[in-house]
Amino acid sequence: MPKQQANWSPYDNNGGSCVAVAGADYCVIAADTRMSTGYNILTRDYSKICKLADKCVMASSGFQADVKALQKHLAARHLIYQHQHNKQMSCPAMAQLLSNTLYYKRFFPYYSFNVLGGLDNEGKGCVFTYDAVGSYEKVGYSSQGSGSTLIMPFLDNQLKSPSPLLLPVQDAVTPLAEAEAVDLVKTVFASASERDIYTGDKLEIVVINADGIGREYMDLRKD
Amino acid sequence: MASKQPENSLLGPEADSQRTLYPYVTGTSVVALKYKDGILMAADMGGSYGSTLRYKSVERMKPIGKHSLLGASGEISDFQEILHYLDELILYDNMWDDGNSLGPKEVHNYLTRVMYNRRNKFNPLWNSLVLGGVKNGQKYLGTVSMIGVNFEDNHVATGFGNHLARPILRQEWHENLSFEDGVRLLEKCMRVLLYRDRSAINKLQIAKITEEGMTISQPYSLKTYWEFSAFANPAQGAVGSW
Repeated sequence: MPKQQANWSPYDNNGGSCVAVAGADYCVIAADTRMSTGYNILTRDYSKICKLADKCVMASSGFQADVKALQKHLAARHLIYQHQHNKQMSCPAMAQLLSNTLYYKRFFPYYSFNVLGGLDNEGKGCVFTYDAVGSYEKVGYSSQGSGSTLIMPFLDNQLKSPSPLLLPVQDAVTPLAEAEAVDLVKTVFASASERDIYTGDKLEIVVINADGIGREYMDLRKD
Repeated sequence: MASKQPENSLLGPEADSQRTLYPYVTGTSVVALKYKDGILMAADMGGSYGSTLRYKSVERMKPIGKHSLLGASGEISDFQEILHYLDELILYDNMWDDGNSLGPKEVHNYLTRVMYNRRNKFNPLWNSLVLGGVKNGQKYLGTVSMIGVNFEDNHVATGFGNHLARPILRQEWHENLSFEDGVRLLEKCMRVLLYRDRSAINKLQIAKITEEGMTISQPYSLKTYWEFSAFANPAQGAVGSW
C-alpha cells in the first residue's frame, strides 16, 4: 500500500476583514466580528482586535488559531519588555517585534494577515501593514483579510497621498478629522459586507487618541 | 509497532507511522446551549467504526473538576487521552489546596493550547470539543476544533450539528431559557440530527451543569415519526431525484 498522504490541513481560513487609518493625532482600527469556516458561520460575535500596548492595537484576520497564538506571543513579549524597560512598548517597536515574530515561522507560517495601528512616541497616528511572513511597511492606511480586495481600492481613492518618493516629503497620515475617518471606515465595511460573504454581522471600531482607547460597534448585514 | 526513532522525532519516514492519519472509532455531533441556570449539553452514545456502529454506550460527555463539562466528537481514543491530560491538570490544581479551582474558561484555554500544539507537530488529536460550565455565577460555553480554532458563544455544536442544529438554535435560542425549554430545544436539534445524520443513534444523554454542580441524565431515546407521506414514497412527484 503506497504511503498515505495527510487528509487534513493544518490551516483553515476563518475569514473577515480588517482596516486601519492613521490621522494627525488619532488612529482608527476596525474589523468585522464574523468567524467562518468554508460556507458556514461559526459565530457572529468574535473580536479580531487585540490591544498589545497602551497605544498599540492589532487587528488580524486569517486562521483564528494562529491569530490567537500570535496575539498571546506578542502579549507575553510585551510583558517581558515592561519588566525589563519599565515602560510600554511604542507602536514602531511593536511593529518590528511583530515582523520578527512572523518571519521566525517563515517555513510554517502564522496564517495571519495583520494591520497594526496606534500612536507613535510623538502622539501621531501610525499604521503598519503586514503579510503572513512578516514583510511590513508604515503606511497612512491599510486593509487586510477577505474583504481587502474590495476595501483597499476605495481607501486608495479617498485617502491616497502623493508618492513618498516625491520631494518635498509629504505626510503619510490622512488629513481627515477623527469623526470623518470613523465614518469612512463604516462606509467601507458596509460596502464590503455586500459582496464579500466572509465579512458581516458586526463591525468593531477602536479609536486611539490622546484621551486613550475608545470602542464602538455598528451592525452589518447578517447574510 | 517497533520504531527506532526517538518519540519526538519528526524526521524520517519511520516517524510518520506515529502520526494520526485518520480517525478510527468516532463519535458524532455534540450540541450545547446556555440557559438560565447554566449549560445544557447533549450527545448520543454511539461509537462508529467507519460505517459500522461498533459501540452503543460511549459516554461522550464528562465532568471536569467542579465547574466544567466536556463533550467530544471525533476519535474516541483521543478523547480518552484528553481526559487523561485533564485528570492531571485537575489533580495539580487540587494539590495547590488554595481554595481556588480551575473554571471553564481556564480549562477551555488549556484545551485550546493542547489542540493547537498537537496540530503544530502535525499529529492532531482528532476531536471537536465542547466545553461548558458555570463559575461564580458566570456561564461559559466554548468549543475547540482539532486544529485549534476556538470561540465561545451562547450555543455551539460540532460536526453535523453545525449544519443542522445551529440554524435551529439561531432561530429559537434566547436569553434565560428555562430548563424545560432548553431541554426541549436540544431534543429538537438531536431529533433532526437523528433523522439526517447517518452516524447518529437513538440513544442519548443530556447533561446539565449549574453553579450547584453537574448532572447527566440516564440514556434515553427520542420519539420519532416515520409515517410522513414523504418518507413513504420519497420519489413521488420528483422522478429520478432523491
